Amino acid sequence: MTIGLAHYLTVAACLFTLGILGIFLNRKNVIVILMSVELMLLAVNINLVAFSAYLGDITGQIFALFILTVAAAEAAIGLAIIVVYYRNRGSIAVEDINMMKG
Amino acid sequence: MLTAGFFYLFAVLAIASATMVIVARNPVHAVLFLILTFFNAAGLFILLGAEFLAMLLVIVYVGAVAVLFLFVVMMLDVDFAELRAGFIKNAPVGLLVAGIVLVELIALFVSGAAGGLPSAIPAAAPGTEMLSNTEQIGRVLYTKYVYFFQAAGLVLLVAMVGAIVLTLRHREGVKRQSIAAQNARTPATGLEMVKVASGGAVVPSSEAKR
Repeated sequence: MTIGLAHYLTVAACLFTLGILGIFLNRKNVIVILMSVELMLLAVNINLVAFSAYLGDITGQIFALFILTVAAAEAAIGLAIIVVYYRNRGSIAVEDINMMKG
Repeated sequence: MLTAGFFYLFAVLAIASATMVIVARNPVHAVLFLILTFFNAAGLFILLGAEFLAMLLVIVYVGAVAVLFLFVVMMLDVDFAELRAGFIKNAPVGLLVAGIVLVELIALFVSGAAGGLPSAIPAAAPGTEMLSNTEQIGRVLYTKYVYFFQAAGLVLLVAMVGAIVLTLRHREGVKRQSIAAQNARTPATGLEMVKVASGGAVVPSSEAKR
């Protein structure tokens, strides 16, 4: 019973799917949507690290490192936007964010 | 054998806690389950031999990002019960889309496994057997990918400046110390001479009060 690459890819696929499902289920709550995006990025990182380990190439881990960086920046900016939005409108419901009528 | 046991432990816990992240009623609990997911993913990384990224995941995600989430969830006084309305209504289409994605991805892996996805971690390449994972990453990160490394630093700088600019605000009516104004005071601006009639009183003007 050896753990192959497909095992790790399956775990990552499950996490990615849970991220998608989280966006659908919590369509009104921006904070949970951001958390779902973090879950999806984590799944991508697991994929990259698994490929890096099983193919014997360290480049995948470098790429995962950069994804980690971008994810941290994205979370910081996203939460800052949420805080500013809450300060201005007193709500963070997604359907209230319609000022620009996009 | 032990590795397989730990793999299934970490994998099952990661998926279970990720499920709890998206269905938890209380967003604080959701953030705490997110932290548990990150810890289990770090365990998976260690099983894969990527110790450096595992520690990075714990430090950056659990130490910074998850705490930031927790901070924002607790700071905003939001009625989260109201935000959950439509949870059941959106469930069927969400399950449909997620199920299709999951089936597609797993079908891809299964067909790829038939085509020969590696089933064991290969032995270290010659010349790198003695290097730890961290040293291997450092050897390429600071040579071949040094410009990308600098660009990542720039991304973080821009994010930091952006977050500060977005959330900084100057409240009206708050008295702040202005050291430049204090140092620029002269007797001419700081002193007011008034003539007081005998038996009278003088309320200093606002200019002198400052």
